[in-house]
Amino acid sequence: MSALLEAERVSFAYAGRPAIRAVTLTVGEGEMLAIAGANGSGKSTLLGLLSGLRRPSAGSVRLAGRNLREYDRRALARAIAVVPQETAIAFPYRVAEMVLIGRAPYLRGIGLERAHDVAAAERAMARTGVLDLADRPLAELSGGERQRVIVARALAQEPRVLLLDEPTTFLDLRHAIEILDLVVDLNRHERLTVVAVLHDLTVAAMYFPRLVFLRAGCLAVDGAPAEVITEATIREVFDADVEVRTDADGVPTVRPRRRGG
Amino acid sequence: MVIAHLTWRRLLRVHGLLLLALVATLVAAAAIGPVGLDWRRAFDPSMTSPDAVILFRTRVPRVLLAAIVGGALATAGATLQALLRNPLADPHLLGVSSGAALAGVCALVLHPVFLGRTLVVPAAAFAGALASMWIVVGASRVGGRLDSYTLLLVGVIYNAFAGALLMFVNSVVDFYQAHGVLFWLMGSLGASDYRVVGALALYTLTGLGVLVMRARDLDCLSLGDDRAAELGVDVERARLVVFVAASLLVGAVVSVSGMIGFVGLVVPHLVRMLVGADHRLLLPGSYLGGAIFLVCADTIARTALGGTEVPVGVVTALCGAPFFTYLLRRERRRAGA
Repeated sequence: MSALLEAERVSFAYAGRPAIRAVTLTVGEGEMLAIAGANGSGKSTLLGLLSGLRRPSAGSVRLAGRNLREYDRRALARAIAVVPQETAIAFPYRVAEMVLIGRAPYLRGIGLERAHDVAAAERAMARTGVLDLADRPLAELSGGERQRVIVARALAQEPRVLLLDEPTTFLDLRHAIEILDLVVDLNRHERLTVVAVLHDLTVAAMYFPRLVFLRAGCLAVDGAPAEVITEATIREVFDADVEVRTDADGVPTVRPRRRGG
Repeated sequence: MVIAHLTWRRLLRVHGLLLLALVATLVAAAAIGPVGLDWRRAFDPSMTSPDAVILFRTRVPRVLLAAIVGGALATAGATLQALLRNPLADPHLLGVSSGAALAGVCALVLHPVFLGRTLVVPAAAFAGALASMWIVVGASRVGGRLDSYTLLLVGVIYNAFAGALLMFVNSVVDFYQAHGVLFWLMGSLGASDYRVVGALALYTLTGLGVLVMRARDLDCLSLGDDRAAELGVDVERARLVVFVAASLLVGAVVSVSGMIGFVGLVVPHLVRMLVGADHRLLLPGSYLGGAIFLVCADTIARTALGGTEVPVGVVTALCGAPFFTYLLRRERRRAGA
């Protein structure tokens, strides 16, 4: 597996307060990686550094061997797509319109889509199961449908890397599972490289073969769920008292230990 | 199945229909007035009949001016709304118009030679609009976040402040100049000639052209600065270009017609209901829709009370204020849901 996205000793600070400290992380082509950590541990910041949204104050991030700084924004948007936690949409866009915005990095001039742009958007919508919703206003959709539209927009960018920032936070269980199943499917069948920030460790362990924990902006552990999710590491990284059980498939499950219970 | 997308055909059809509606409105508006016109005499080749003078020296330049001013204000409104991700943004409500007016009035007062009217005043109004946007948006941004309601409040406060400074200037200048200041405050489409109309058309269509080339960027920016960057937009550059173009639109029309409110709020909303949120359709659509709206409003202002003219800003505010309240309540309900 060749390295596609590499962070080398990257650091980042908000107004002098360090958020990410000298993190080194290599994501292989076609790999699937989840990032977890306590609130404020720098997960979203690291994702922003990987997407090129934020510029590291030290160190570098490379995509296919080239420093992200050497890419122009449009070229980067054709290689890396981001699915945010939630998208606030102030205007009455329809589903197809929102997905077609994903073609923006491919358009020139006044920006009318050509046939292959429309085809790419359609493929993305078929893949995420929102083709039937094409003419519906986005505001009328449920949270799960909306997030699928946003994933479709990201796929319309035809990226090599898909970054997801807690994509299931505002979704109920069924819709969360739908999104995660979809991501796994995209990874398996289209060899899309996936990096996701996730809150739920059990879910991360179920869906992702590799897990990285951040603590106070540093990389704490990196490995397969069964190696990483232990009572000791969780106490250290999250400062939480939990019980870890391993089910028949070898997937670790995290249960909180109630105080005084 | 092919999903609906924007094609040249759709673009031309939508804007062609709006253009037809605008032409019909212009013709109707030119025909309506306190004095009835005899069309045969008005179009007499000698152009000396009173009918021809009223039509070609008064009404036609006036309806054309109304169209351009309305178009520019609506386009600026749609642009600010996308940039600030707020359907309630409007150059008038945010104080951009009063900032432009203040700078224009100062230039007029400080510049005794009447060179000011054609060059210095529009330039000052443009600079005033740009500076006002910078101040209002800058002051509303707290900790890197731009909250909708902070923005509206800061806009209201800035508007009151600039308005007070305008009244201050009004009270220290002589009577003759004071009349001029009042004209800026109330907004008026009278006293126009073809040279002014032509220059204004040039400025505003340039601004519109620049914005249309940035229409896709505005779609991305309306989703948030970070989202736009992730979609390949050079956010800082796009914001700058768009702010300057919107200031050009506001500065140019304010220097000619003073402050006319609510056009930038009402029109983009109605046009969105008609053509959707896509800025490649919305921006030119708002220009044409704004033109239709202000020509109608001005026709009412000219004729509602027979011979007495109501300032056109009164008419737009009378429809705009209830509309704003409705939008605000709807936004609030949505935010609460």
